[in-house]
Formats: sequence, C-alpha cells, structure tokens
Amino acid sequence: MLIPAVIYYVVIHYYPMYGAQIAFKDFRFNLGIGGSPWVGLKHFEELFSAPSFRQILTNTLLISFYKLIFGFPAPIIFALLLNEVLQSKVKKIVQTISYLPHFISWVVLGGVFIQLLSPTSGPVNLVINFLGIESIYFLGDNSWFRGTLVWTSIWKGIGWGSIIYFAALAGVDTSLYEAASIDGANRFHKMIYITIPSMVPVITIMLIFAVAGVINDDFDQIFNLYSSAVYQSGDVISTYVYRKGLVGSEFSYATAVGLFKNIIGFVLIILTNQIAKKYSEYSLW
Amino acid sequence: MDTFTFLNLTFMLFFSLVMVYPFVYLFVVSVSVNGTVLSNLMLNPKGISLDSYQTILGFKFIKTGFYSSVQRVLLGTSISLVVCTLTAYALSKKMMPFRTLLTMFMVFTMFFNGGLIPSYLLITNLGLIDSIWSLVVPTLVPTFSMLIMRNYFMSLPIDLEESAKIDGAGDWRILFQVIVPLSKPIIATVVLWEMVYHWNAWFDSMIYIRSADKQVLQLVMRNIVLSGQLNDNTFIANALTPEKLKAATIMIATVPIICIYPFLQKYFIKGIIMGSLKG
Repeated sequence: MLIPAVIYYVVIHYYPMYGAQIAFKDFRFNLGIGGSPWVGLKHFEELFSAPSFRQILTNTLLISFYKLIFGFPAPIIFALLLNEVLQSKVKKIVQTISYLPHFISWVVLGGVFIQLLSPTSGPVNLVINFLGIESIYFLGDNSWFRGTLVWTSIWKGIGWGSIIYFAALAGVDTSLYEAASIDGANRFHKMIYITIPSMVPVITIMLIFAVAGVINDDFDQIFNLYSSAVYQSGDVISTYVYRKGLVGSEFSYATAVGLFKNIIGFVLIILTNQIAKKYSEYSLW
Repeated sequence: MDTFTFLNLTFMLFFSLVMVYPFVYLFVVSVSVNGTVLSNLMLNPKGISLDSYQTILGFKFIKTGFYSSVQRVLLGTSISLVVCTLTAYALSKKMMPFRTLLTMFMVFTMFFNGGLIPSYLLITNLGLIDSIWSLVVPTLVPTFSMLIMRNYFMSLPIDLEESAKIDGAGDWRILFQVIVPLSKPIIATVVLWEMVYHWNAWFDSMIYIRSADKQVLQLVMRNIVLSGQLNDNTFIANALTPEKLKAATIMIATVPIICIYPFLQKYFIKGIIMGSLKG
C-alpha cells in the first residue's frame, strides 16, 4: 500500500531537494559546492549597495504593481461582461478566442509584438501616424516599455485568467437573480448586489496570489521583449540574475540576488495569507 | 435590444478582433509575394507565395528542432504523467502516513526554490548538460497538476475501492483497473497541459543544451526571429525579406497549438475548474 508512494517519494524527494538544499549551499561555491569558503553575507552586502540594484528592484515592483492595478481586474471585468451576453454561441466563440493567446509562448509572441509594434513597419504605428502622431517606440523607449509589458501581458492572459471567474459565476444561484428581478432590480443592481459578492471568495484567493507575487516577474515575457535600450525601465530581478549569473558567470552573486527574491516572495505569501485569514474567511490554508 | 447589450456585443466583437489580429497579420505577411512593402495593416495578401515556408522548412535546424521538441514532448509527458498519477493517488489516501507532511513538502516548492544558478549547477553536476534528460527531469513532477489530480481522486467514491479490495485486489490493481479508467478527463487534462508546456519550453534548452542540432524548435525559432539569420546558409540573399521569414517561422511554431486547440480546450478548462473549486 505504501510502496508506490515510497518509491516515488524518493524520486520526488530529489526534486524539491535540488531547490531547497542547493539554495543554502550557494554562498560558498567558487570551486565546487562543498569546498568553497563561506562568504557569509558578503554577496548580499554587495547586492544592496550596487546602484543598479535600486533600479532593478524598482522595475520589478513597479511593473508588478501596474500589472496588479490593470491586469488583475481585467479578467474579472471581462468575465462579468461576457456573462451578460445572452447568445450562448457568441459567448462560446469569444471565450475560445480569448484563451488562445495563453497557449502561445513568449518566444513566438515576442516576434509577433516586435513586428506589430515596430516604429517603421508595424501596423500599430501605422494607425498612430495616420492620426498625425509621431511613431512610438513601444519596445525601445523607456517611458513606454513598462506600459507595453503590462498591456501585452493583459492581452495574453485575460482569457485564461477569466476562466476561474466564469466558474465562480456559474456557481451563483439563479433563483437569487429571479428574486431580485421581482424586486425590480435592473442588470446593474444584480451585478453589484448578487454577482460580485458571490465572487468575493475567488477574488480574494486570486488577489492573495497576485499580491504575494509582486516580487516575481515574468522572465519569459521580458526576456523576449527587452533589449539593452530599455534596461533602465525593464530590467527586473530575474533578467539581472540571468545576465550576471549565467552570462557573466558571477554565480554566487547572482544566486544571492535570486535567493533574496525568493525569500521575499515566500514571506509575502505567508503574510498576505495571514492578513486574508484575519479579515475574511478565505485563505490558502 | 437595449443600449448595454448593443455596446457589450460591439465590445466583444472588437475584443475578438484584437485577439485574433496579430495572427492574421503575420499569416498575411508570411504568404505575401516578395517585395511587398510592409506599410499597411495587411489584411489581404498581395498575391500568395509559399516560398518563405519552403525556405524555412528546408532549413536543417528546423528539422532537428522539430525532432528534439517532439522527443521531449513524448518523453516528458509520458514520464511525468506516470509519476504524477502515482504520487497523486498515494497522496489521496487519507490513511497514508505523513500525508500532510509530504503534501506540504511538495507544495512548498511551488513557492520557493533555489534559484536559477543552483539549478544550473545541479544539472551540470548531474552530468545532464546537453542531454534531453536535462529538459525532462527538472519538471518530473508537475506539482500543480499533481494536486489537481489528487483532489480529483479524493472526490471519487470510496466504495469502488472498497469493493475491489473485498474482491482481493491489491493497491496497484485498484489504481490501474479501477481508478484510472474513471479518471480519463483529468488524465487528458494533465497530458495536454504537459504537452503544451514541453512544446513551448525554450529557456531550459537554451541554458542546458550545447549542441545546435539538439535545440528544441522554439529555441531555433527564437534565434531566427531575433537575429534575422538562418545561421549557415543565409537564404536572405534571395530577396525574401527578413520579416517574411520571421512571420513564416512564427506561423510554423504556432500552427500545432492552434490545430489541436479547438478540440482540446474544453479539457483544459475542465481541469482548471475542477482543480480550483475543490483545492
């Protein structure tokens, strides 16, 4: 009875170990993990005093905040609006179309957006020029780059993100709506007093994930869309770790940076979960 | 029809167009005749020519990339599925000792990991660099999928297993002959999630694979699109504009997904719903 689990426990035991254990040995490798000297917190000191650190931390947090403010409500609003569409064929088709971008990798989408947003030959700028405005360097201009990141990630994620909300919407008791109609409620009343309150549990949990994830970044997206021209606004912790660590071979330093990010992320998720537990009945565990 | 409905439907139409337009655009670019200037919205191709596809498909690394990707998808998906199912089943049994501890142990890895560098060092130390195993082993257990599978197993009625036990079946038999046939939807979901993941993965290939002929398709694509060159024989000399080649490349990378997508998306969705409402 226990055997299947035990065997696979060993196999899977290795799987988290490579994450957890190596993390604590990372401080001391220059030549082999075991034989390297302890340097204690030296890398962290180096990290916090580096001027570029401010920049990448700011970028990481700002981009996450923008994505939170614009990207978190987007799927919810989309689900609410689409839910109001009565023709179920239309609903299904729009839904199916909306999930499609989620399955395309950022490698492909990087190519797509680089072409679409191109200041010289891209259709977006074509329309902009037509309106009399100069071309915008969406991916090359520091003042536009973060916004571009946010909106392209919304484009990619809105459909898939709305699935959970649709599921929640489907679970609402329809007799509530009928009762409300009898009392004279219009569409908007129903939305405010019935629909949205019943989505609160799901929204809370999703919000916990989103807020706790504020230190995380979408490496895939940024790596495929950025260039040295926009490091100032777009370089985030994980891209920095990649460049310093794998490209620049500053292994221990990059690991310290990565570990810093992981610890903060971990603390955040515990904190937000505690807060959620305190103020509502819903939490992750 | 009232104002709101009208506006809503209009919005949905606009929304759908926005979702779809990037692909339409690239498709049109990829089939347009040479020398077409890319200065408009590209809704209709100016003449159809498939030479960019011929060029790309004839490129050696596309073939090897395709082969590597397929290899990885098959290997990774099948092994992950087996391990996932076994783990999920074991963890779904309430009487399993250390169950909570083990579960937390695995869930923990979803929130915290050693980071890019330690993982890279581990793979190097295990001697897996340049091997397909470096792409398959790190995600051997898809934790999230495993949790969803576990929840699904937990929702199956216990009497089935009990009656099988009375008939003298051992754990393995119960798993394969009772549980698995009942779990087809969730298995389909996990398989599809894994396949999409492996098909789209490129970063691990970039850092772990050294030989150019073992790179996966997405990475080969990426190199073409970003550098605009096809490495050794630069076919760009034949007046095929770089944009056209890039567009064709992107189409090729996307087509498999778009093809299976309509048929299988209901499984993807079901999986998410099953997992999220119970978990």
